[in-house]
Amino acid sequence: MTRLLPSLRGIPRVVVFGAVLTVLAIGGTFLLDPYRNFQLATVAAYFCATAGLTLLIGQSGQLSLGQAALMAAGGYGYALTANAMTDAGVTGIPRFLAGMLTAVVVSAALGWLLGLAAARLRGPYLAGVTLTLVIAVPAIAAVFSGVLRGDQGLQIAYDGVPRMLERLIAVEQWQAWVAILVAGVVVTGLAALTGGRLGLRMRAVRDDETAARLNGVRTGRVKVTAFTLSSVAAGAGGAVLCFATQSVSPGAYTLAFSLLLVVAVVLGGLGSIGGAAVGSALIVLLPWALGAATAALPLPVEVAQRLSGNLSILVFGLLLIVVMLVWPGGLASLRRRRRASAPTSGSATRDGGDPRTHGVPEATLSRDVAADASAARADDAADPADEHAPPTDDAADPADGAAPGHPEPVLSSAPPTPHRKR
Amino acid sequence: MDRLLFLLATGFARGAIFALFALSLVLIWRAARIVNFAQGALALVATYAAFAVTGLTGSYWAGLAAGLIAGAALGLGVERGLMRFAPHSSPLSGVIVAIGLVMVLQSLLGILFGAQYRPMRAPFDDSPIMVGGVPLLSPYDLFVLAVALAVMTLLALLFTRTSLGLQLRASAFAPEVSRVLGVRVGRMVTIGWMLSSAVAALAAMLLVPTELGLNPHATDMLFVYAFAVAVVGGLDSPVGALVGGLVVGVAMTLVTGYLGATVAPIGVLVLLVGVLLVRPGGIFSLREARSA
Repeated sequence: MTRLLPSLRGIPRVVVFGAVLTVLAIGGTFLLDPYRNFQLATVAAYFCATAGLTLLIGQSGQLSLGQAALMAAGGYGYALTANAMTDAGVTGIPRFLAGMLTAVVVSAALGWLLGLAAARLRGPYLAGVTLTLVIAVPAIAAVFSGVLRGDQGLQIAYDGVPRMLERLIAVEQWQAWVAILVAGVVVTGLAALTGGRLGLRMRAVRDDETAARLNGVRTGRVKVTAFTLSSVAAGAGGAVLCFATQSVSPGAYTLAFSLLLVVAVVLGGLGSIGGAAVGSALIVLLPWALGAATAALPLPVEVAQRLSGNLSILVFGLLLIVVMLVWPGGLASLRRRRRASAPTSGSATRDGGDPRTHGVPEATLSRDVAADASAARADDAADPADEHAPPTDDAADPADGAAPGHPEPVLSSAPPTPHRKR
Repeated sequence: MDRLLFLLATGFARGAIFALFALSLVLIWRAARIVNFAQGALALVATYAAFAVTGLTGSYWAGLAAGLIAGAALGLGVERGLMRFAPHSSPLSGVIVAIGLVMVLQSLLGILFGAQYRPMRAPFDDSPIMVGGVPLLSPYDLFVLAVALAVMTLLALLFTRTSLGLQLRASAFAPEVSRVLGVRVGRMVTIGWMLSSAVAALAAMLLVPTELGLNPHATDMLFVYAFAVAVVGGLDSPVGALVGGLVVGVAMTLVTGYLGATVAPIGVLVLLVGVLLVRPGGIFSLREARSA
């Protein structure tokens, strides 16, 4: 990607690429039918959450199983504000912006609190606490059922297409636009922040906390910041999901869903924002494809009933195990692999030099590598942050729904970008 | 007052099960330094095996034995076939593989047996005995307490009084030195896994008859509570698991009895966060060396 506009560096580069991909994705919605556009909106909402999660796990090394709970916080924040605004007679875009703001503030506050606890905990302890948080979501909704309406959840008023666009697009397409726009802003922001000094600090904390501390990095503060950023992204995702589905309920934010978000970031490649986009698309599209496939088979009703839901979980579980065991870099490592074997110009028969992808059967990669070929130009740094979504020609691909960050290789460019103050 | 006594007694029996399951998490933490997030799913598979054998033979005891054997076999299979190959570069990869295993096992059980609750019969009466007009423990609760105490005593004897126990402890604390001294560390880790999943299976088999029944998600809450117990007690400490189990069991039963079952998960969350903020390693944990 450095071949495109090589003079553009640092944060402006991230912003430009984010904006271009967002616009491309919005343009792509014209090629899709309403149902696909709804799916695209869902993917974009999940993408916010997975981008935050991949930053948290991949860059700062904190495993959270509670991303769904933070999404729920954003969703409830959005729904409560939107309903209050409706009662006050405010509609349309002001209502959306107010809801969004509340969602971000609520989820940031919750994430900050969790981050304070997380900064003191190590791996499995944190995973356990966040797991408990997700389990507690229905309980919290039930205890505060006066406001949150228990299992039933909250419904919000219908957000139609703005008048000037009414003739042009359907409501699903409008929802996809909004979702893509929010995802674009959130993810570009994350990418810009973590591409700079903050990202370097996070990776330092992840790799060796003691060394980081000796170098003057305030590890606790870095961990809390990572947690808060990731929660803001999740909250924005929850708000968008609430906007697209006009409701929020504890049933949408189960433990299974939270684990799926982890699956998405692991499959995509931990720390890779482009990988998070691909992972989000997988967790939306794979269950749907499997459902369609089993529906096409002549199965007895009872068997079909048992397969529905369970089959996709089974496939995701298997994928998670296999990727973790044989291919820990996830889908994002494909590009790295490709780069490593670039001198032999695409003869994908040898093992690349990247130890992370060493020994992976080539046949399984070839299709994706082919799809990825255009983006597989030699980039620098084997840094997991330095990844972006492979551009594809399929508009349904969520890579388009993304504004993947393409931060500069921080580790190799010694002086931190001067225009960032923190 | 009667109600309080009844809840305390029930909480004690429930706490014994939590303690047992937490002990299994402590065992595996000491043997392999991972929190096995798949422990609940493994125990569930063993419980299904016990249920099937009880159904075939008509004997609860045959089912119990089959469940224990299945638990140990699962531990063996998972360690030798899966966890051994997990990358050790980061402590997170073991957790992530375990989460994948949970998804696989639960969805397989769902596909094979469906989502319905299958009632599991308790071998003893589970209506409480009246002591001076106050309902207290049921015969089944007494059975649970006796089994839990017996297993814990046996494990304590195994670890402190036998050569195998010494080897297990040695390979957990100093794998390299143990290897030099002739301890087969790999085998000890496997034995740790087998012991741990058999104990977890036992805890699940004791719990399920007191709940709604057997279901692909029957051990989810058990795992969460037991994890809380293990963390509150300190993942390294078997004594912590025992004490923590009883405390959490009683506390949860009181919360459920007085505030309703839905509040219990919030109670666990508050307890976990509260304890970890004060003592990040758990109450009974050893003091960690300073890192910087």
